[in-house]
Amino acid sequence: MSNAMTTNGAASPFLSLHNVTKRYGGTTALDAIDWDVRPGEVHCLVGENGSGKSTLIKVVAGVVNPSPGSRLVIDGSSHHALTPALSKAARIQVIYQDLSLFPNLSVQENIAFEHLLGAGAAPLSKALMRAEAQDALRRLDADIPLDALVGTLPIAQRQIVAICRGLTAQARLLFMDEPTASLTRHEVDLLLSVVRRLQAMGVAVVFVSHRLEEVVEIAERVTVLRDGRKVGTYPAAEIDNRRLEHLMTGDQIQHAIRAHDTKGRPPVLEATGLSQRGAFTDVSFALREGEVLGLTGLLGAGRTELALALFGMTQLDGGELRLDGKPLHLRSNRDAIAAGIAYLSEDRLTLGINLRQSISDNIGVAVLDKIAARSGLLLRARRAALARDWMDKLKIRAGAASAAAQTLSGGNQQRVVLAKWLATAPRVLILDSPTVGVDIRNKQGIYDIVRALADDGVSILLISDELHEVYHNADRVLHMRGGHLVGEYVPGINTEGQLHDAVYA
Amino acid sequence: MPSTRSLGDLVFARTEVTLALVIAVFVVIFSLASPVFFTLPNAFDLIESYAVTTVLAAGVFVVLVSRGIDISFAATTAATQYLAAFLAAQLGYPAIVALGAAALLGVALGCVNAVLTYFLRVESIIVTIATASIYFALLIVITDGSEIYNLPAWWTDRIVFLRYQLAPRESIRLTLPIVVMAVVVLATHLMMSRTRLGRQIYALGGNPEAAGRVGINILRVQLFVYGYLGFLSAVAGFLQAHRVGQAVPTAMAGTELTVLAVALLGGASLAGGIGTMAGVILGVLLLAILQNGLNLLGVSPFFFQVVIGMAILASMSFTAYAAHRRQRAAA
Repeated sequence: MSNAMTTNGAASPFLSLHNVTKRYGGTTALDAIDWDVRPGEVHCLVGENGSGKSTLIKVVAGVVNPSPGSRLVIDGSSHHALTPALSKAARIQVIYQDLSLFPNLSVQENIAFEHLLGAGAAPLSKALMRAEAQDALRRLDADIPLDALVGTLPIAQRQIVAICRGLTAQARLLFMDEPTASLTRHEVDLLLSVVRRLQAMGVAVVFVSHRLEEVVEIAERVTVLRDGRKVGTYPAAEIDNRRLEHLMTGDQIQHAIRAHDTKGRPPVLEATGLSQRGAFTDVSFALREGEVLGLTGLLGAGRTELALALFGMTQLDGGELRLDGKPLHLRSNRDAIAAGIAYLSEDRLTLGINLRQSISDNIGVAVLDKIAARSGLLLRARRAALARDWMDKLKIRAGAASAAAQTLSGGNQQRVVLAKWLATAPRVLILDSPTVGVDIRNKQGIYDIVRALADDGVSILLISDELHEVYHNADRVLHMRGGHLVGEYVPGINTEGQLHDAVYA
Repeated sequence: MPSTRSLGDLVFARTEVTLALVIAVFVVIFSLASPVFFTLPNAFDLIESYAVTTVLAAGVFVVLVSRGIDISFAATTAATQYLAAFLAAQLGYPAIVALGAAALLGVALGCVNAVLTYFLRVESIIVTIATASIYFALLIVITDGSEIYNLPAWWTDRIVFLRYQLAPRESIRLTLPIVVMAVVVLATHLMMSRTRLGRQIYALGGNPEAAGRVGINILRVQLFVYGYLGFLSAVAGFLQAHRVGQAVPTAMAGTELTVLAVALLGGASLAGGIGTMAGVILGVLLLAILQNGLNLLGVSPFFFQVVIGMAILASMSFTAYAAHRRQRAAA
């Protein structure tokens, strides 16, 4: 934490935000943020999911317009709002968490994309693009074929391509949104050494993250966001993990380990040697009755692919599944639902919830049989009762069951999706990243619901890349890497540090 | 990747390779079945008769790559053709004025599609179904559906750039439609593969969200894409009247399907971002060969509509399957 370069504290900031506010309908994503970045500094912007980090980046990148009264000053010139072109002209580059790559273009074109911008119909200098892309890859010590289509690369390589694009654009301010999410320790080290070099060249780098062990060591200042507000900006030297967590969560997360010893319990879902070509290989585990089984690993480890196969959405190439000791063959997710398996997708917005439909429509959609009369027509009263029941049980805060799901906050939306699946009375519940985009208070609420369900005998597979989340909420944690299960950790017996070291090794 | 590339990998690696193989199979079949099929004069006649389709397919291909679709090009073709015919035949304007006005109208109608798609944020298929209906109905209302027969000589006279006598009764002719088609194909190919604009079109189709973020001016790209198809519609309208010697408002009705089939067969996708001009040419070739071959074998022309439908289905399934294979390989 000590090798931060000394910047002149009085240096005028390269970028400063004054009273930046962003409202989406009724929710306030950013609340009167004042913030600045100095030339050549490494700055960490941290906060839990849903704290406003992404919105802040989008405002600076000109992708999102802030609400009236906001002001941004870049290099001395003041703006009320930016456009992507303005932001780029000011040499601000953003590496988005979703990477914003073009899967149908080559590595070379993705990296040297700047050359493709502008109106010119003039022929492109492919040689120049190639040299530039090659150079950027070399700086990251990465070996990726320049002519490969980005859509054919594994996720970690795509991340490197995205970083390379940021490097070639001659940025003066580079945002990196969760840059380390899918990188191994070695790749992170390379990234940090590149950042140091950029810093020496006077480029300011802002790391945006919800965990920052790796990056805090080269940062000078740390800014913490919580629920759309700035908690404060601190010298990195004064911040350690415990303090940071306190600042990020406002101490609303219970740190008690909730693991129970589940060894003696009967297995409910048993997987033996499950394989799916290109996704996972020889995966064996047993999910016991009333157990919360954690599953973690880097992005691209095959977690979601495994979940989809367990839910019958994709077909296994090998291995055997048993439910309550009886062989289970899933030809589709309908088979899975019939067998009592429910799946909460990691992509809630596109897969889990119909935002324009009412809360009661969303909750009832997986149990239409139960709320239909013998004639096949749906009974509105029965659907409303079902919705009210679950809204009570899961403490969904909403005006009315007939309100559209999009009027709810992220946390309440997630509860609606949960209610939808709980209404099917599942024996096995697969939760894929259930707290992404959910604010702190609701996170804790969802953890409480998960534990209560397990106590009622539901067996839960909790998939998450937030180690903290699985460690503190699961009875056991499985670690997946490259499509293989490579370890099992028991919270309380193994430390969170051990799990962390294994995952980010 | 280790050296485990199977035959399947090779065949499915590029749509163009697959198409070329399919074409080769049909050429062999038809050559065996009909003695006149595989002759040069037949080939040149075939190419000329597909010039209008190819020019339109080049434009539709560009729109498809940008992740859009345009159903209104047939109406645009008819409208521009009629305008040029009216100016040239009824009012006696010179070629440059008549054709210039047609080109401007084509670009303008295309830009209307772009503006509506961009600002209403509505799927382009909805927008262009609406505009196709409007353009076509307006054309019929304004013209009362009447044809223009007395096109000037500069328009209808056959222009032969090259003639090569094979035998006393057999010659191959490089005619205006073939040359125009070749120019359009080459220009579209260079534009799409070698210019910033072309690569921006691919980028937009590949990831629209990211395209906005990296600073592509999406409105400008869309104006170009739909405007280009509008322009090529005017070119196609000119060629079509050149071949048949008259301007008929309903001449192009129903050609949308064939043109779309050709572009999709060639590897373009409704999902955007993929496809090449070479693929589209192969798509044209395949349909042309199928139509000609079935014709020479005495199969009912209505059956060709069945073939077009099946070709669209086959290419869709193929694109989906190939994408699935690639995804598996990447994971």
